[in-house]
Amino acid sequence: MLSMDSITKVYQAGVIETHALRSLSLEVAAGEFVAVTGPSGSGKTTFLNIAGLLEAPSGGRYVLDGTDVSTMKDKARSQTRNEKIGFIFQGFNLIPDLNIADNVDVPLRYRGWSGSQRRQKIDEALELVGLSARKQHLPSQLSGGQQQRVAIARALAGDPKLLLADEPTGNLDSLMARQVMELLEQINESGTTIIMVTHDPELARRAGRNVHLLDGQVSDFQPIEPPPAESDDHVAIVA
Amino acid sequence: MFSYYAKLALLSLKRNPLLSSLMVGAIALGIGVSMTTLTLYYVMSSDPMPLKSDRVFAVQLDSWSPDEPYYERDGGAPPPQLTYRDAMALMGSDIPTHHATMMHRGFAVRTDNKDLRQEYKSGRATYAGFFPMFDVPFIYGAPWTQSQDEAAARVVVLSRATNDKLFGGRDSVGEVAYLDNEPFRVVGVIDTWQPMPLFYDLNNGAFTETEDLFVPFTVPISKEQGAHGSTNCWKPEMIESYQDFLQSECVWVQHWVQLDTAEQRDAYQSFMDGYATEQKALGRFQRPLDNRINDIMSWLEFREVVGDDNRLLVVLAFMFLVICLLNTVGLMLAKFLNRAPLIGVRRALGASKKDVAFQHAVEVFLIGVLGGLGGLLLSYLGLLAVRNWYRGYEYLAKLNPEMVLTAIFLAIVAAIIAGLYPTWHISRIQPAVHLKTQ
Repeated sequence: MLSMDSITKVYQAGVIETHALRSLSLEVAAGEFVAVTGPSGSGKTTFLNIAGLLEAPSGGRYVLDGTDVSTMKDKARSQTRNEKIGFIFQGFNLIPDLNIADNVDVPLRYRGWSGSQRRQKIDEALELVGLSARKQHLPSQLSGGQQQRVAIARALAGDPKLLLADEPTGNLDSLMARQVMELLEQINESGTTIIMVTHDPELARRAGRNVHLLDGQVSDFQPIEPPPAESDDHVAIVA
Repeated sequence: MFSYYAKLALLSLKRNPLLSSLMVGAIALGIGVSMTTLTLYYVMSSDPMPLKSDRVFAVQLDSWSPDEPYYERDGGAPPPQLTYRDAMALMGSDIPTHHATMMHRGFAVRTDNKDLRQEYKSGRATYAGFFPMFDVPFIYGAPWTQSQDEAAARVVVLSRATNDKLFGGRDSVGEVAYLDNEPFRVVGVIDTWQPMPLFYDLNNGAFTETEDLFVPFTVPISKEQGAHGSTNCWKPEMIESYQDFLQSECVWVQHWVQLDTAEQRDAYQSFMDGYATEQKALGRFQRPLDNRINDIMSWLEFREVVGDDNRLLVVLAFMFLVICLLNTVGLMLAKFLNRAPLIGVRRALGASKKDVAFQHAVEVFLIGVLGGLGGLLLSYLGLLAVRNWYRGYEYLAKLNPEMVLTAIFLAIVAAIIAGLYPTWHISRIQPAVHLKTQ
């Protein structure tokens, strides 16, 4: 699904160069649920931005779903982002003026679908996250957990192959976080590849694979221990 | 996507009403001031007879003083009016398609209807050729005839408003109106007719109303009446009688001719020069031969109907618009950058730079339309103030459909110019940078 080979990212500010990623190589197979961990400044956000085509790498090769996207122009990158990638942000990033249905509608608008197609997709996505009854509500009228579920519905509405989540439970309490995590697991089980950046070792433990970043590279060190084989008590893990 | 972006633009304007009002207000103010001055300038400089303004000419003969020209400018141009005797000589020509000597004067007017009080009306004494030459539209009757001109017949053509007042708007042809207590038979009623500028007699201003009634030029002459206009004399003369005045070197009548072809124009020029040469032999016209015919637009320019002050005012108004636009650029930039995080989200969800630019261009367009409407309102109020404060601008300071469309168009263009940089700027920022600021 995703193949990064020797990806580098250098930020230039005057004469100062900051190497955010140093020859990062990573393979993620279709259907995987990968947790990306690492200390602050290790390059997690930069990795996610490059994986989500929000930034272009300074060097290296990035193949997404069989297409080399390393040197794509803005229009093609935007189209690929719209069709193949869904984003979930820590701060939900819903558009405050738009109601829930219109928020979910945003990526579909750029897809060029007809009104009936979009309405069907919005209904399906909101039903999946259990918020069909709140279509006309504004984001400010929902709880944090509900807002994140709307963000997930928005990310899923366009049927992306890859879901990128940046600290998706970072702003939620433990109960809400557990619900969102269960939703992500459910989405992954349906075949969507998920890459989740997290600081939370408990969440990382629930992912199928952990990738630890250190100084802009994938580190061999794995700080996250795999979950106990027989344990399925999610409440205990979150707590 | 346009309707979607229009909806987003409306939401955006509602989100920050103060900033939105400032942007719309800045454009409206610039447009209002510009359109007020432009409307005045437009009407002042417009062609009052577009279909034949190049075939109708004001005549100038240089009968002025040998010691100094009437005008210092334009090569010492001849006076704008003629002496009575010269005008009568020109009326003897059969070269023009139509021609008319004329003057302005007022009349006390009443009818046999005792319920109506006698009123003072403005009038024009002229020849029958005035009406076809200036394409004056008639609703009833027709101009008087050439023989009635010669006979100083007591006949009158009324304006529509005067006919409405005196005869209730009915066909009054054949009825009698009393002008200075003398009975005149109505031979025609003209429709509403208001060339602007009022080019044929600029003595009382270029932006005044057309006359209430028209009588043969020979009528006031027969009654030994002068003009209510401008009379200029250069030669010390003993003027003891009306006949002395008519034979004097004083200029006080206007003379217009319609010359449809180049041959007619050449022939008429030769005719004028020939007449002047004859007069030289009689001791008159001592200045170098300089007789002119001026088509309507040249005449308005020569008479400086649109002065340099007016042009400067338009330039200043547009400079003010530029200042308003610069302010709008700043406001738009602030507004758009304030929204950068949301644009970052849209970019992450698939919006291209072009999509972001289009979204903001639609908002800029909406701001332009609202600014244009606000500008129109301010223009209307500005022109209303001009009409109320300055005499003679009553027929000038009016918005017409062309100017309304111009205002909207100008506002949209202005808003687009103001929005170019903010729109370009917001569409260039990398989405990742936007998201980091969210």
